[in-house]
Amino acid sequence: MTREGSDMQDLYRELILDHSRSPRHFGKLENATHTADGINPLCGDKLKVYVRVGTGGDIESAYFEGSGCAISVASASLMTDTVTGLPVDTAEACCEEITARLTTGSRHDDIGIDLERLRALDGVRQFPSRVKCATLAWHALHAALNNNMTPASTE
Amino acid sequence: MSATAAFASAADWRGDFPALAQSVHGRPLVFLDSAASAQQPAAVIDAVAQYQRENHANVHRGVYTLSHRATEAYEGARDKIVDFINAESRNEIVLTSGTTESINLIAQSFCRPRLHAGDKIVITHLEHHANIVPWQLVCEQTGAELVVAPINDRGEVELDAMLELIDDKTFLIGMAHVANALGTVCPVRKVAEYAKARGIPVVVDGAQGVPHLDVDVQDLGCDFYAFSGHKMFGPTGTGVLYGREALLEDMPPWQGGGDMILEVSFDKTIYNELPYKFEAGTPNISGVVGLGAAIDYLQAICMERIADYEHQLHDYMVGELEKVDGIRLIGEARDKASVQSFLLDDIHSHDLGTILDHQGVAIRTGHHCAMPLMQHFGISGTSRASLALYNNRDDIDCLITALGKAREIFA
Repeated sequence: MTREGSDMQDLYRELILDHSRSPRHFGKLENATHTADGINPLCGDKLKVYVRVGTGGDIESAYFEGSGCAISVASASLMTDTVTGLPVDTAEACCEEITARLTTGSRHDDIGIDLERLRALDGVRQFPSRVKCATLAWHALHAALNNNMTPASTE
Repeated sequence: MSATAAFASAADWRGDFPALAQSVHGRPLVFLDSAASAQQPAAVIDAVAQYQRENHANVHRGVYTLSHRATEAYEGARDKIVDFINAESRNEIVLTSGTTESINLIAQSFCRPRLHAGDKIVITHLEHHANIVPWQLVCEQTGAELVVAPINDRGEVELDAMLELIDDKTFLIGMAHVANALGTVCPVRKVAEYAKARGIPVVVDGAQGVPHLDVDVQDLGCDFYAFSGHKMFGPTGTGVLYGREALLEDMPPWQGGGDMILEVSFDKTIYNELPYKFEAGTPNISGVVGLGAAIDYLQAICMERIADYEHQLHDYMVGELEKVDGIRLIGEARDKASVQSFLLDDIHSHDLGTILDHQGVAIRTGHHCAMPLMQHFGISGTSRASLALYNNRDDIDCLITALGKAREIFA
């Protein structure tokens, strides 16, 4: 395996390709309590995140729609998968954790849930121009949970 | 010239560009993004370095030797530009930071004081944002209306439809010489002829024209022609606004400051003459020296020869791309220069760009600062390969091989 080949396989891991081809929780969530747009001005990618938070403060459902590259779609799909059923605080901690992992590589120890599956995104760190593709959905989730009406931007 | 002779000369030109002699991710660099910014020949790099080492001082100010040399070098470049695009006089050549500033200058200095509510500015659907947003701004400021001429599915301006939009409310027409995202060569001469008969000024965004075509502003018949140094092998931060002298003469300054005045008192300032009236502050002297060197380089080769060579290479590229399974070409105008946009299967252009980069192939991906054009085709972006005189058939072959690899990864 050439270095070039292994780098590419590290970025486009099977789980990433799977989620980009068949994104989970894709579409509009009709009874959302929180929404936000995420925009990556560099490429024009745009997605919308929908969240329904129940009276107990848990995320009952998270959806997204929009278009983007394999990395941004897979990351959004994994994001909705991950945060469904979590308390809002824990979901926010996930946003922070994933953003930190992708941008600085740092990890906090334990935020109370298993984020092992999101290690599929780790390969993105080697591609600085693509990190924003992977963080877009998480920024948008954070904006939605804070009811921030300004679209979340990667810039 | 025979095809063989044309391709032989390209091999020589390539060697003039030091940046091309490197590897990226262990592969020889294949640079196919010159429409975004072109590489610089050693002649340009050296001219800038020599200026910085030996001749730098501020221009138009000092009485000492270095300032004289700097002024000569700077103004010498202006004279080269006059010749390069066949302007009538050096008074018609305003040095700017690039095409974007040039167009904003026209919008704010020429249009804003004259535009009335209900007036129209006509542009086309294939413009770069730099030839859209400055007009939107001045329309908002004045109540004028921006009107967009349609294009067809080949990515050509619908000339008849465009001419029909031009009426007695039309104040100005703006259009690209060559469309940056598609490579379409636009019917500038025909539009300018039509407009001239009705006294309507025509602005041409020539950013993608000057690197590839033999541009003669008088022959085109346009009133303004804007272009950038860095797309024609010169430094970034340099640009030109050509304007017919009578029009520039009637325009107020664009920015105030040093160098654009004859006399200043707190009661009244007398502006400098053309073209200095539009060049406030210390200009990008070293960049302009480099731009002059780029013109020398291009003229030594001859723009017609470059256009011939690129035309053949473009045809080769399109022919090879057409053979790729899953390819969809975006932009199939009958008259094109140097650019081909495309989609491959349903692979997003950013993914394609990353995969190609890892095989040493640099292309542009995304919306190419032409979002309305992407909306016309119902897509969010494309992959775009753009050629310059230093590219060759090997570059195209590497691109095709790399596209095959991308299909394997996304199979």
